[in-house]
Amino acid sequence: MAFIDLGKKEIQAKIVYYGPGRGGKTTNLLLVHESMSKQVCGKMVTIDTKGDRTLFFDFLPLSLGKILNLSIRIQLYTVPGQVMYNTTRKLVLRGVDGVVFVADSLRIQRQKNIESLRNLEENLQDEGLDIHQVPLVLQYNKRDLASSNVPLLTVEEMEEDLNRDLKVPTFEASAVKGVGVYETLREISKLTVKGVIQKVRGEAR
Amino acid sequence: MNLVLTREKTERLETIIQRDLIEAGAQHVIIVDQSGNLIVEQGTLEVADILSLAVLLAANFAATAEIARLVGETDFSLLFHKGDKTNIHFSKLGDHHIIITFFDDNVSLGLIRLRSTNAIEQLTAILSSKEGNERWPL
Repeated sequence: MAFIDLGKKEIQAKIVYYGPGRGGKTTNLLLVHESMSKQVCGKMVTIDTKGDRTLFFDFLPLSLGKILNLSIRIQLYTVPGQVMYNTTRKLVLRGVDGVVFVADSLRIQRQKNIESLRNLEENLQDEGLDIHQVPLVLQYNKRDLASSNVPLLTVEEMEEDLNRDLKVPTFEASAVKGVGVYETLREISKLTVKGVIQKVRGEAR
Repeated sequence: MNLVLTREKTERLETIIQRDLIEAGAQHVIIVDQSGNLIVEQGTLEVADILSLAVLLAANFAATAEIARLVGETDFSLLFHKGDKTNIHFSKLGDHHIIITFFDDNVSLGLIRLRSTNAIEQLTAILSSKEGNERWPL
């Protein structure tokens, strides 16, 4: 649910990082937070358990410059990935304008990726949104582990599992090393702002 | 539902907040939407990070509403935090917004509730009207 303040000449939109637990959603946000200047990005808020799992959400506000004299303010959120936290995931998804699905490249997580994407589709449906219509980008995270002995899914396998039907932009990434994080963010921001402009234009008619 | 807020609408919201709540003694009033966007704020409380506050207030309200649903209530009619210096009162504003009032012990909770009830109907009407959307420039 985007908010356009014509007094302040500002668009606010919400992007949610979704995906299975321990897949790197929070790491994506942490990297953006640590590497962007404080003029662009605000304080990061985290509600997590005493370990490193997200309990409710992480939140990071960003200012992404101007389009046609309107400042773009994006709010990045992550959801808790663990299956049992579905209620909180649904709360965080409320009013979402764009989604990044962070898939885990570990072969052992193959089924978890598929289940989490299905769960995203269901939860979006409950919000009255169609996964095929919502601005969506897939990120194949942990690609840096290819050089280690850990068995990884190939990009082709991940495409087949997750993107065969959706056909959305995908990015290979290593959030922990900062690879692919900005590319993902840039694409989803672009799609989200475009989506918001189209939606509001439609509603104004 | 996306919201396009014109300057006129913002001013009307601020007038109502000023008249019904700030003049009754409230320190600060914030309206957020359910996605955590800060719509309007007014008052004298100095908050270093207003965006985080808006998001956490919206999340707090959403979590409480979900708790109500899980225990078989449709809604908890009163959501209120009591602090040493500052108290916080939450109210639903139509289907998509929340109004949060900060006040100290010089004002009673009852007065804030009464004044909020008066303001809510008018604020909801402004937020739900599509008037001004045609001025959306893109």
